[in-house]
Amino acid sequence: MYKIRGFMYLIQILLALFALFALLKTKQKFSLGDIGRRDLLVWVLLWVAVIVVAIAPNSAAVFAKMTGVGRGADLVVYLALALLFYLFFRMTVRIEKMKREITVLTREISLKEKNSESK
Amino acid sequence: MVEIKYMTIWIVIPAYNEEKQIGRVIAGLFEHGWHNVVVVDDNSSDNTIVVARKSGALVVHHVLNRGQGAALRTGDELALAMGADVIVHFDGDEQFDPGDVKGAVDYLQEKGLGAVLGSKMLDNRSQIPWLKKLLIIPISRVINLMLTAAWLSDAHNGFRVLTRATAEKIIITQDGMAHNSEIIGKIKKNGIKFAEFPVKVVYNEYGQGVGGGVKILRDWILSVFIR
Repeated sequence: MYKIRGFMYLIQILLALFALFALLKTKQKFSLGDIGRRDLLVWVLLWVAVIVVAIAPNSAAVFAKMTGVGRGADLVVYLALALLFYLFFRMTVRIEKMKREITVLTREISLKEKNSESK
Repeated sequence: MVEIKYMTIWIVIPAYNEEKQIGRVIAGLFEHGWHNVVVVDDNSSDNTIVVARKSGALVVHHVLNRGQGAALRTGDELALAMGADVIVHFDGDEQFDPGDVKGAVDYLQEKGLGAVLGSKMLDNRSQIPWLKKLLIIPISRVINLMLTAAWLSDAHNGFRVLTRATAEKIIITQDGMAHNSEIIGKIKKNGIKFAEFPVKVVYNEYGQGVGGGVKILRDWILSVFIR
């Protein structure tokens, strides 16, 4: 295991850096109007939590004890899984909605073509 | 004096790769006196569109394949634009008998209904594969009851007769095969008077298998979350 300056593992630094990068991207997306305020808040909270847990792994242990999960790492995995499931579900719903919009477009085109044929 | 109102009846056929059957289906309908036929070609890769046009139907073409439910709605909209008083949903694969259309339309008018739903279970003209008859159809009926609150003798039948008012109210949003339950659900929800009517079904292909049923359920569940 590589410890940097004897107090942090390399993985902790990498995780924290990745979360910082993700925070930056989130901010950019918000500035461009790609995500709304609610999404911004959720993502900022998530990435800040990742940074906190990466730098001070014991903080997760405190929450783990509070929730009765036991180990801090387990809590992180459970939360990550729940989040992934939720995001997957949301994505599926969005794709489904987009498919319906494509259908509406397809129908409009078909009926317009028919209309111009008969004129 | 008795007022006789002549109804404009349009037959809507969703078609996807039906070049072998669609010509005979349209000819059969014409022979029975149904000349207002809309065929919605759901972007077939074969010659469905050419055959349907040659056979004398009004053909509308989807530039992308969107599924049977989507094609039906396109057909409904075109039929409504053409001034249809009554719309008949009919399949393009020769599974229905054009001879059943008149009876179903008459039944709709006589009983003052908003919709007539075809059923292959009300008489014994249909040769239903035994597995379908004894297992798949009974299960589908229960699922259909749960989804739509309607207890029908035949849960999945593409033969329907709708009045103009019904077709205007029931906007199909289910692109795939879940449109059948969607239509029945919306008929119930809107308080539209409906009844089943015996139709003959010829099985050229097996139709919906278990996998198809699972997909219908999935589409239905997802639709709950789409606003």
